Amino acid sequence: MSELTNLGVAEIRDGVKAGDFSAREVAEAHVEAVAAAKALNAFLVETPDHVLAAADAADQARAAGTLKPLSGVPIGMKDLFCTVGVQTTAASHILEGFTPTYESGVSQRLFDAGAGMLGKLNMDQFAMGSSNETSAFGNVISPWRRGGGDNAALAPGGSSGGSSAAIAARLCPAATGTDTGGSIRQPAAFTGISGIKPTYGRCSRWGTVAFASSLDQAGPMARSVRDCAIMLEAMAGLDPRDATSLDAPVPAWEQGLNADLKGKKVGIPREYRVESMPAEIDALWKRGAEWLQDAGAEIVDVSLPHTKYALPAYYIIAPAEASSNLARYDGVRYGQRELPDGANLQEMYAATRAAGFGPEVKRRIMIGTYVLSAGFYDAYYTQAQRVRALISRDFDEAFAKVDVLLTPTAPSAAFALGDKSDDPLAMYLNDVFTVPSSLAGLPAMSVPGGLDDAGLPLGLQIIGRAMDEQGVLNAGLALEQHAGFTARPDRWW
Amino acid sequence: MSETSYRIEGATGAWEVVIGLEVHAQVTSNAKLFSGAATAFGAEPNAQVSLIDAAMPGMLPVPNKECIRQAVRTGMALDAVINRWSRFDRKNYFYADLPQGYQISQLYHPLVGEGSIEIEPDGDAPKTIGIERIHVEQDAGKLMHDQHPTRSYVDLNRAGVALMEIVSRPDMRSPAEAGAYVRKLRSILRYVGSCDGNMEEGSMRADVNVSVRKPGAPFGTRTETKNVNSVRFVMAAIEHEARRQIDVLEAGGTIVQETRLFDPDQGVTRSMRSKEDAHDYRYFPDPDLLPLELDEAFLAECRDSLPELPDAKRRRYQEGLGLSAYNADVLTAEVETARWFEALLAEIGDDSRAKAAANWVISELFGALNRLGRSLDDSPVTPKDAATLLGLVADGTLSNTLAKQVFEIMLETGEAPDVIVEARGLKQTSDTGEIDRVIGEVLSANADKVADYRGGKDKLFGFFVGQTMKAMAGKANPALVNERLKALLDG
Repeated sequence: MSELTNLGVAEIRDGVKAGDFSAREVAEAHVEAVAAAKALNAFLVETPDHVLAAADAADQARAAGTLKPLSGVPIGMKDLFCTVGVQTTAASHILEGFTPTYESGVSQRLFDAGAGMLGKLNMDQFAMGSSNETSAFGNVISPWRRGGGDNAALAPGGSSGGSSAAIAARLCPAATGTDTGGSIRQPAAFTGISGIKPTYGRCSRWGTVAFASSLDQAGPMARSVRDCAIMLEAMAGLDPRDATSLDAPVPAWEQGLNADLKGKKVGIPREYRVESMPAEIDALWKRGAEWLQDAGAEIVDVSLPHTKYALPAYYIIAPAEASSNLARYDGVRYGQRELPDGANLQEMYAATRAAGFGPEVKRRIMIGTYVLSAGFYDAYYTQAQRVRALISRDFDEAFAKVDVLLTPTAPSAAFALGDKSDDPLAMYLNDVFTVPSSLAGLPAMSVPGGLDDAGLPLGLQIIGRAMDEQGVLNAGLALEQHAGFTARPDRWW
Repeated sequence: MSETSYRIEGATGAWEVVIGLEVHAQVTSNAKLFSGAATAFGAEPNAQVSLIDAAMPGMLPVPNKECIRQAVRTGMALDAVINRWSRFDRKNYFYADLPQGYQISQLYHPLVGEGSIEIEPDGDAPKTIGIERIHVEQDAGKLMHDQHPTRSYVDLNRAGVALMEIVSRPDMRSPAEAGAYVRKLRSILRYVGSCDGNMEEGSMRADVNVSVRKPGAPFGTRTETKNVNSVRFVMAAIEHEARRQIDVLEAGGTIVQETRLFDPDQGVTRSMRSKEDAHDYRYFPDPDLLPLELDEAFLAECRDSLPELPDAKRRRYQEGLGLSAYNADVLTAEVETARWFEALLAEIGDDSRAKAAANWVISELFGALNRLGRSLDDSPVTPKDAATLLGLVADGTLSNTLAKQVFEIMLETGEAPDVIVEARGLKQTSDTGEIDRVIGEVLSANADKVADYRGGKDKLFGFFVGQTMKAMAGKANPALVNERLKALLDG
């Protein structure tokens, strides 16, 4: 495959600007790579026309001297973002055939910044899953394989598994993801790339298919911290159409990148040391602390005492919101409709939703309906909200002492597809390190730290104060520079 | 609080009726509560539906500040506690008129807390009715069952329109009190401008909670009759429902807590849904919306923009302008009437003439509008022209009789009264020379009657007045005619 597909966002941007290559050439190389990678099942829809048109516009802009921040950069779009004229399904049959007439706030900003779209990326259905196996259109297969001739198909992580696989396989230099409880960070860790979930409210939720409104947050995924910063600058910003959107200026994060952590304090939360964690992850975590120390930071032990309650609270709050958010998929106005002979309205709803939603989505709708129902609401939902407040307080107290927190991103490397698909609880445990910061709405990012014994990537997570994406990116950059992670999957697809 | 003596006689003695009302009032606003779509009544079906109202994927609600402002002003007008921190909750259920699958409402933390309304039921002492709360919520769409033989259609124009749900305490004890409450509430809403109060178009409708008990006994089980859309129907529904409950209880039955519907054709209520198949609405805070926090500047603006309300206005009309209780009542009941009357007073520019103006509005203007089947809104006479007309009476240019004539011409032609008087020569004559001359002619033409009068037939005075006025085509100043006739006859 062409050299151009090895380039990152900054390199493409700068190369187009310098005239080293045309945006058209970059787009064509990526279109070709996408077309040749069907075995990964990363794309649900390919949109070569979109990316080529954006590339031509970029080349014209270069001639006219009007290049934009992402001119000539081809990106992938998670299928959770509504895109005008391009089918948007959230990887669910219930939205099959739905073609929005409106552009999501995030994709609109990216296009306004000059980016072109290669296509819509596969994902866990309605962003519910950690392996991509809940997609109604077949799971994505990770481009990574274990060493030693083990050809087991591996999970690319989830829910943004199409995004992580496509970036790791050099089908695109960057992509959008969304993160409700770890859906950007865990797939980034599984595939050896970077991804940041910004502070809740940084990126507009308008036009993004909702999973759990109080947690959903879009963010970028890419192969470097710098590329994440560039993408996030384009994606973030106030959107008056989203009442939870943050009314705050978007900092120049790329310009502010600085791997010198002198004077910074990094907290190591002791509650993140879980029993079942493989020794390699523990070792990487220690190595990460040393790297940050080497970059000038002081390492401090901190306690986040309510961490162990985060996962149960999350699996009450997120399904509760989802059970209500997904009520609109009733077969009346768009997507799939099942109308058995003689069915009345309620029967049509039931048949449509039974046929349209996958088993994991149904499971969460049922959990959510249960925890909100009369007589259980206080015991579950109200209690979970109390836990959420305590978790936020834990973080507040920790951030009174330190600037960022360092943790592993996930408790394991990528697992084989099928390994956990019969055991929802084992699957939910993937989120154990990512969920607390989601509940608190804090910015958090995963950066590749190294490979495990099987040759699979492992990620380290940086969690920061609300609104301090810069601090997170800077610590991430320090990790990136010290880790010197250059591994990439061998092409087998 | 004075207690009404309203009782319903049953086989086992007298029963008392206990009534609470939940009034849904559509908030006057150009845009819906969360979507920005238009709200005008009578548009083509589904012409006023945004992507948000249709619950398209990824669409989000954003609160419309004007709707919140109107609800806060309403709360202030009802002397209610305004909660500076409130929150929206989702009420979840599936139905074809509810595209989101949930209604955004306020269960746990309503915008407005406790307040009250003073009512004056017909023929009863004034009474204070407690308001429990006002919350803001979305309306649903409308199902249309008469468009197709086998299908039902859905019109989402109303979906997402802002409603205030104004919940009273169970403080009413008779249909008359309930009627007075709805009328008074409607009047206040229209003064505030937060709801047009149009019950026929569905801008205001009431859920009627009724229970019965023996006087002094604890509250009985209540039923809720939904969506009653006129004052008359509210009263009829209560009367019927109370009687039905008494019949059930006296036959040894029990009242089932249930939702009922009022059938205005039959004048009866019918069971719609009983407690067993009640929904579990799974209320929870809407995670798409932040809590609503109101700052002092916003509250100050709401307070400052409140108009004088009907009770205060009525007191001022009586105490400040000297109007009778009846006139003050009539002129303040509807905001349009008061507005028209005050425009007239402003044109007159002299409050000492307010009583005459009030009398004229109530007897002459209302009478004419009634006859013409028109309302004040499309009155053919403006306050300015009315002021001119009353001015012509006050300065003696027109007699009351002439004024009536001029008013009739105004109604017919829409011309200004001074123009009419000028063009048609309807001016009253106060020229004593002219009057004396005509009286002289009348007296000499009726010398026999003059003799009779002077001989003691006092009653003939009216005859001379009539003859003089007739000879002057009704335009003589009647007071002067009287005065001169007396002088010339007796002198």
